[in-house]
Parts: sequence; structure tokens; C-alpha cells
Amino acid sequence: MSLTALVLAAVVGPVAAGQATLNGLVAAGYFALGAVGLTLVFGVLRLVNFAHGDMLTFGTYVTLGVTALGLPFWPAAAVGVVATAVLAVLLDRLIWEPLRRARTSTLQLFLAATGLAIVLRYGVQFFATGQVRSVGLDTTSSVDIGPWHLGTLQLAVMLIGLVTIVLAGLGLRYTRLGKEMRAVSDNIALAEVSGIDTRRTIRITWLAAGGLAGLAGILYAAAIGSINPNFGFTILLSLFAAAILGGIGNAYGALAGGIVIGLAQEWSTLFFNPRWKPAVGFAILILTLLLLPRGIMGRGKARA
Amino acid sequence: MSADFWLGVGVTAGVYAIFVLGLQINVGFTGLLNLGQAGFMGIGAYAMGMLVTDAGWSIWAAMPVAVLVAIGAGLLVGLPSLRLRSDYFAIATIAFAEIVRYTLQNANFAGGNQGIIGFDQAWRDVADGLLNWLDRFGLGGYTQLPLFVAVWVAFGLCLAGLKLLQASPWGRVLRAIREDETAAAALGKNVLVYKLQSLGIAAALAALAGFFLSLNVTYLYPSEFDPTFTFLGYAILVLGGFASYGGVAVGAILLWAVIEGLRFLHLPLSDGQMGALRFVLIGLVLILLGMLRPQGLLGRKAEMQFSQ
Repeated sequence: MSLTALVLAAVVGPVAAGQATLNGLVAAGYFALGAVGLTLVFGVLRLVNFAHGDMLTFGTYVTLGVTALGLPFWPAAAVGVVATAVLAVLLDRLIWEPLRRARTSTLQLFLAATGLAIVLRYGVQFFATGQVRSVGLDTTSSVDIGPWHLGTLQLAVMLIGLVTIVLAGLGLRYTRLGKEMRAVSDNIALAEVSGIDTRRTIRITWLAAGGLAGLAGILYAAAIGSINPNFGFTILLSLFAAAILGGIGNAYGALAGGIVIGLAQEWSTLFFNPRWKPAVGFAILILTLLLLPRGIMGRGKARA
Repeated sequence: MSADFWLGVGVTAGVYAIFVLGLQINVGFTGLLNLGQAGFMGIGAYAMGMLVTDAGWSIWAAMPVAVLVAIGAGLLVGLPSLRLRSDYFAIATIAFAEIVRYTLQNANFAGGNQGIIGFDQAWRDVADGLLNWLDRFGLGGYTQLPLFVAVWVAFGLCLAGLKLLQASPWGRVLRAIREDETAAAALGKNVLVYKLQSLGIAAALAALAGFFLSLNVTYLYPSEFDPTFTFLGYAILVLGGFASYGGVAVGAILLWAVIEGLRFLHLPLSDGQMGALRFVLIGLVLILLGMLRPQGLLGRKAEMQFSQ
């Protein structure tokens, strides 16, 4: 990636390339944190969770709801993160665990996930209307870093995002829980015979996936400034792209994939109209599936 | 509400029913989780609209060509993505559908968010002629009747064709692929070719549904073809019954009767809240069917066999 950045700097000049890279790092945070939950849950569900994008929406709207009660944004965001984590565990109990025990087909999981996505999205819309709504933060203040320019909010989003990525990566790598989560996500049966309490680990995986999804949504909302209840679903495909690029089921891969998608989308604006930005994620998704279906770090079998 | 209102609901149900016939041959009979159906519909409808408004074709000539364009898109998408595992195939197809929608929204050739209008004059002449004739029986006031009849006649023809295909040796191979792909391949069947044919037929049906959709709303714009259309299609599919072509009509009518019927429930809610509530209910139905009765209301459990 750094090589690409240098090439870009040579082609479009260091100021423009650096600015796009900074913007890309802002986006990298929410893509990476959204994708890591998606990928961990894939291992548990054996299905890409179509409702994951709407978990981002849920966490963000809980946050906005709490700010409406008078709490400042960032403390409210903590409430939003916790609420999303709790919801994820609750949904596992209600929907996913029974389906897991019945060893259901892909179609059944897909139907349940799609139904859940619709319930979450329109449930939010029921309470908050479908209108675009401002996050209510100060979007005017900004900082200059040398020749580059970044909104104070975007800077905060970038820092929170990158710090959480590093923490998540370290936690997955070194803590016992992180190792157990990766083991369960990789192969439940094998984890079970290795003496891991898989039910407990699965619950904690949902807790982490939900919390990170909530945080990802909140960071997205803070970076963009305004949202509508469809936003989680719209960025879901970019999250798929990040997860598949990183090798589905691979947590580090998803973190790396999210950073790549964030940077690639912003770098694309140096050459194309920014309205094509989301299409860059789709293009990466399709190209990965066709050329490198195991992703850059995956080991699983991707072809039928 | 007038009979014309319910005829309009019937038109919408018919459009969805034709659309879901395509999903049924993919999901119910071949075991392909096609999430790109709205994309094929968009390609077919826009191809028709652009051939009429940009190239000056007659709509009757444009329709069959647009069907071929949609089939071509189906083969183009299927050829690389059908080699993937089934869940990756699902993601690849939804990504395709989103690319179609983004392209229609942003490209210069498709009218962007303004969309395309003025492709349906030839149809409206036919519809007016029909209405004049219906007037003799006192039915001239039902402006939705011509489209209603056209949609459901088209559905009936497609249904009959699919049932014939399904009863043929070709249809049995599709089922065999759904239930055990390896066994079908071991019997010398070229699985990829059969899957491509299944996807091509689905794309053609999507295009046909797209024609009726655009005749109904009288213009084409990108958000008509967003993935929600496909997801509602899946709701209809499981409502009517897994691996049942006839069930598609039941599912489509049931879903739209309930959605539109909820309008008459006078709850103390705003219009927006009522709209959201309808979708929450559809989502709940999907979750419950997925958990408790995935074969659907009319489907048979024995059909729920998939290749692993």
C-alpha cells in the first residue's frame, strides 16, 4: 500500500495524494471495524450475515437517541456501542443458536439474516423516520497538518478507528479469548475438541462483533456528519469486500482489508468523480472473488 | 377504495410473481442463491427503454432484444461466479446488482436520477384500444385492467412453460444438481452449463418483469431496481412455497394483499411509520419462516435438499 501511495504521490503530486491518503485512513477505521465483526461471525454462522450492516445503523441511532436525551455525543456513543453488543448476543440466543443447533441450510440462514436486516432497518425508521438526519456535531472546525487539511471530527474518527484496529488486532493475537475466538471462527468442531467452551466463546464473539459494528457505524456517522437508516446496508457490500479481500473468517485479514478498501476508495477520487467511490469497493469485491477468492490472507476453500 | 386500486395492487403482485418465477428456478430447483435478480431486471428494463427513446425502436421490437441483453448479462455474471462456493456466489450477484444500480444512477447514458420517460406510447395506444372495447361491457372505467390482464396472462404463459421444462429430463437434471451436485457431475452432466441455463432463464424472466414494472410506473429510474426488490422476492418465494412455481402466484398475491391491506388499518401512526411497520412485519415473517417453515406455506419438506 505504501508503494501505491508513493506512486500516487509521483503521479498527482504529494499534496493531493497525501490528502486522499488521510481521508482514506479516516474511512479505513469504520470499514475495518465493521468487517472484523462480519468475518468473525462468518466462522460462527457459516453465512455472511446480511444483517451486519444494519447493526451499524442500530448502534448509531441509539447514540443519536441518547444525545437527544441530553448526553454529549461521545459518552452517548459508548451507550450505543454497548447496546449494539447486547443486541447481538440477544439475537444469537433468539435466532442464531436455535438455527445452529438444527444444522440448517444456507437458505434458512439467509432468510433469517435478510428478515433480521429488514426488521432492524425499518425498526429504526419507525422511530427515527427515513429522513437524512444530522449528527449534530461541530463539522466546521478543522486542523492543518503541513499542507494537509482535516476536519477535527475526521481526525478524532481516524485516531479512534486506528487505535481500535490495533487493540483489536493485539487482543485477537495475544489474549486467550482472542485465540479462542479465532479458533472457533476457523473451525468450531476442532475448537470444541481442543477443550474450548465454544458456546461461551460464540457469545463473546457476538458481543465483540456487535460492539465493533456499533462503533463502526458511529465513526461513519461522525465522519460524514449526516445519515439515514439505510446507511448501514449501503456500506455492507464494502464490508463484504473488506472481509473477502482479507480472506473470509480471518480477523487480521478483515482489518487489513478494511484499510485497503478505505484507502482505495479515497485514492480513486484522484482520478474519477467521487460519486463512483462506492463502486470501487464493489469492483474490488468482484475482482477478489474472481481472481483471489481466498483473499490475501485466507486459507479456506472458496471454489465449489 | 375502488376496484381500480386493487387492480393496481394486482398489477404489482403480477410483476413480482414473474420476477420470483426466475428466483424459483434458481433457488428452488437449482439451489443457486441468486441475489442479483433486481440487476437483471434493471438491465432488461433499461435496455428496452433506451432502445425505444434513444434508438427510436418500436417497443415491440425492443422487448425481445432487451430479453436477450438480460440473458447475456446472466451468462456474463454466471460464467465466472458460478464456479464459486454458494455463499460467495450470493455475494457476487448482489454486488453485480449494486454495480448495475450505481451505473444507472451515475453514468451519462442512462438518464441518471432523472431516469427515462416516453417509451410507453405504443403500449398506451394498445391499452386505450382495449379500454374502448371494454367500455362496451361497462368496464371502460377500470384504467388498470389492460395491464392487469397483460401481466397475469404473461405470468400464466411463463408458468406453463416452466412447468413443462421442469417435467422434462432437463428439469430433472436441475433438481439433481440442487440435491447432489457431485452425483449429477458423475452421471456426465455438465453442471456449469445447466446452472448457466437456469440463470439465463431467471434473467429473462427478470427482464419481462422489468417491462411490466416500467409500463406500470411509466418511467424508469435507478432506485426501482434496488436490492430490496430481490429481498421482497425471497419473501414471496418462501411464502408461496419452496420449489413450487404455482406457489409463486399465491405468495405474491398474499404478500401484496397484506402490505396494501394494512393501509386500511387505522392505527394512530404517521404514514412513514405505517410504511416502516409494513416492512418490519415482512422481516419478521421472513425470520419466522426461515426458522420454522423454510419450505414455505405450500412447499414440501421433501424438496429441501441441497448439495453441500
